[in-house]
Amino acid sequence: MESSVVLDVKNLKSHFFTAKGEVPAVDGVSIRVPAGKIIGIVGESGCGKSMTAMSIMGLLRYPGRVVDGTITLDGRDITHLRPKELSQVRGNELSMIFQEPMTSLNPVYPVGVQVREAILLHQKTTKAEAKERVLEIFQAVGIPEPEKRYYNYPHQLSGGLRQRVMIGMAMVCRPKVMIADEPTTALDVTIEAQILRLMKRLCAEQGTSIILITHNMGVVAEICDYVYVMYAGKVMEQAETFELFEHTRHPYTQGLLKSIPRLDEKADRLYTIEGVVPNLLHLPRGCSFCTRCDQAQERCFTEKPGIYEASEGHGVRCLKYESGVKLDGE
Amino acid sequence: MLSKVLKRIAISIPVLIGVVLLIFIMLRVVPGDPVATMMGEHVNPAMIEKISAELGLDQPLYIQFFKYVGNALRGDFGTSYRLNRNVTQIILESFPHTVKLSLLAALVAWIVGLVAGIIAAIRQNRLLDRLFMGCSLMGVSMPVFMTALVLQYIFAFKLQWFPISGFDSWQAMILPAIALGWNSAGSIARMTRSNLVEILQNDYIRTARAKGLREHGVIIGHALKNAMLPVVTMMALQISSMLSGAVLTESVFGVPGIGRLSVNAIETRDMPLLQGTVIFTTILIILGNLVADLLYNVLDPRIREGA
Amino acid sequence: MGDTYEERLIPNAEEEDMAAQIGESETWLDQVKTMVRQNKLAAFSAVVILLILLAAVFAPLVAPYDHLAQSLTDRLTHPCAEHWLGTAELGRDVLSRIIFGARVSLTIGLVPTLISMVIGTVLGLCAGYYGGKVDFVIMRLADVMLAFPSLLLAMVVMYTMGGGLINIFIALSLVNWAGTARIVRSQTLSLKEIEFVEAARSIGVKKWTIMFRHILPNCLPSLIVLFTLNIPSAILSEASLSFLGIGAQPPSASWGLMVVRGKKYLFSEPWLSIAPSVAIMIVVMAFNFLGDGLRDVLDPYLKEQ
Repeated sequence: MESSVVLDVKNLKSHFFTAKGEVPAVDGVSIRVPAGKIIGIVGESGCGKSMTAMSIMGLLRYPGRVVDGTITLDGRDITHLRPKELSQVRGNELSMIFQEPMTSLNPVYPVGVQVREAILLHQKTTKAEAKERVLEIFQAVGIPEPEKRYYNYPHQLSGGLRQRVMIGMAMVCRPKVMIADEPTTALDVTIEAQILRLMKRLCAEQGTSIILITHNMGVVAEICDYVYVMYAGKVMEQAETFELFEHTRHPYTQGLLKSIPRLDEKADRLYTIEGVVPNLLHLPRGCSFCTRCDQAQERCFTEKPGIYEASEGHGVRCLKYESGVKLDGE
Repeated sequence: MLSKVLKRIAISIPVLIGVVLLIFIMLRVVPGDPVATMMGEHVNPAMIEKISAELGLDQPLYIQFFKYVGNALRGDFGTSYRLNRNVTQIILESFPHTVKLSLLAALVAWIVGLVAGIIAAIRQNRLLDRLFMGCSLMGVSMPVFMTALVLQYIFAFKLQWFPISGFDSWQAMILPAIALGWNSAGSIARMTRSNLVEILQNDYIRTARAKGLREHGVIIGHALKNAMLPVVTMMALQISSMLSGAVLTESVFGVPGIGRLSVNAIETRDMPLLQGTVIFTTILIILGNLVADLLYNVLDPRIREGA
Repeated sequence: MGDTYEERLIPNAEEEDMAAQIGESETWLDQVKTMVRQNKLAAFSAVVILLILLAAVFAPLVAPYDHLAQSLTDRLTHPCAEHWLGTAELGRDVLSRIIFGARVSLTIGLVPTLISMVIGTVLGLCAGYYGGKVDFVIMRLADVMLAFPSLLLAMVVMYTMGGGLINIFIALSLVNWAGTARIVRSQTLSLKEIEFVEAARSIGVKKWTIMFRHILPNCLPSLIVLFTLNIPSAILSEASLSFLGIGAQPPSASWGLMVVRGKKYLFSEPWLSIAPSVAIMIVVMAFNFLGDGLRDVLDPYLKEQ
């Protein structure tokens, strides 16, 4: 297991430097991505999951900045790469697709050309060869009539097709890790399933690992091997998917799962977690979830919990599991 | 696409006619008899009548207008009162100078404006940005003749790098071109910057970065083309301010262009010459705007493909 | 990009801010106050304009000499203690002439701009409100006016009427209405459909009352911005016309005229033409900065971005 980790993120901290103060958007996140696996990061809007992805990609822009931690890709520390070196990694070994397929493609270039650009940036080939590769990948991601679509502009394609183009662009250089930030949120449910299956199949074929960022527990259950649950910039719980759903430990995760509407259980009202996501500038002194936790005790308000191992491969950031091995330093 | 072009051209035609009509009328509501003004005080009425008849000025205004437009369409803008020569010929002699001057100035404005605007956008809110934007607002606020005089004083008189006036060698063209382009460079820089800053917020810019493009590649390859759409239109519109600003630059540097010609025409009260130069210049400007509009259509695939 | 994330991160603080920013009770006057507090450059420009305005009004008190007084013994003196900016070819004090020239430039900047904007506003309101043929005629006329560079058009008017400051006044008043008309028309078109206007119409309020009492006040912020930004172009037009010798006539103390009169001595006494040029630049720049600042706070279209 140890040798096959392709992406190892340790204690990543990214802060936003705003006029009102320093906002810890990502606050000590550690993530391990084994080769060929699909890792899920779940959480509400604003929990820092997108920021984690942007930090890994080195795409954080002013006023945001990675302030601490290491990101190791295939044994190479990419945390402090210079822009030139980083750009050789991005789109090549490490790629990303985004939530908004409608706006993520440049409206003034044909989609094929935009995918071809990714190849030409990272590989020494002729334009004609690169175009062949684009047509192949278009075929692979299920775009009908690739030859014709190659010359289409983004506005001429549907949302589903555009996301297929984005996936093609992200996969065309056979990256080691692909980060998918809410890739299906903007799409119809029927298309969503197709896209997810497509991603899973491609990764199996190419041996690419995926970090799938989503707020949808259903999506996680469907395709992820391992899950990280994030809240207020921190990982709250991490476990293999089956284990997480079967033995949910953290009160926050329990709340999240309870708030999914289910057909097989009768309930008058859908469960909601009380309160709102805390302001990251004014986090509680203790556990960041304590203000909304229905199991909180007095010490939860004063002591910061670490991540403790509740069972093998299952970490929980909650004082209830203090007896387990501490997995991260706080 | 073609129908759109034709439609756009069709819209310009009434404007063109309106412009000619407006100039025609405005020049003919001059108080006093034009011939009398032209000939001075010591002319007898019979003489005035004779000349008026020769020039066709005794006919009703609308007949004069149709005659004028008819002749103009055949390339005949009438005869200059003072120089006693065909106006078209006079214009065609000085026109190349103005074209050269305006094109060179446009080149200066576009290059300086784009480069400054792009750099300012990249270094947004940093020192270089503030500096460039301050300079460009100063450029916009400087009267054209001031730029011309300052350049003339420093580079032609003090440093003697360029000739003080004239327009017969490339060295002589540089200062007038910079003087004329400076103003527009300021507006283009400001617009380029604000557009780029806005475009750089877009999702597809993030995609380009994620793809592995470096920052300059992102800006040149992905942001610039989008940001350029409105800027190109504006750059073409700047030709209008070039052509009218040329009047001032030509007067400072003694360039024998169309602008000087029109000022001379006003000074010597040479109505057909003024009419010819103004109509000629305005037609050019309308055509320039038309090209700008069409260019916008060609550049933007969303409009081009009719989406 | 940073902003959207930031918004998501600190929702509470952002919401408070938004409420403060788009509060219903905030009038455009409050927004101007905000600008004064936040945009130092615009505020400074306003002070500069105010100072120049005061200098112009009290020119006889401020200026060290009479701007028309000739002194043949002091012709073309270099800048010195008695004459800070030297003297012109007939011994007139340049600084005093510049101070008096502010009267010309500011009047030219303010009055014809105001007149042309009143014309443009009325025409724009009519075009937008009545629509149909009225709209068509006014807007085609505006198209024709906008097709001209304003300097060229002003030159034609000056030819017809002859030189002189009064004629520049008339020329600039007639030339620059089209831009205003376009903007007012488009705002009228959108305002016409808004509920309170429809409500007013439904209870039988007269057309002119609706136009001037209900629609016009809503165009005011845009008009203020436009006014501020049109002033410098009017000042530049006057200076340019005078520079070309078809505007103000000597001995009037117009800055443009001073520049062209000093041009002859550019290589021996450069301050004669440069000093009034700088005066023009400062005034124009101050109005541009102020206009930019006002646009940022008053123009909702720009504010959204």
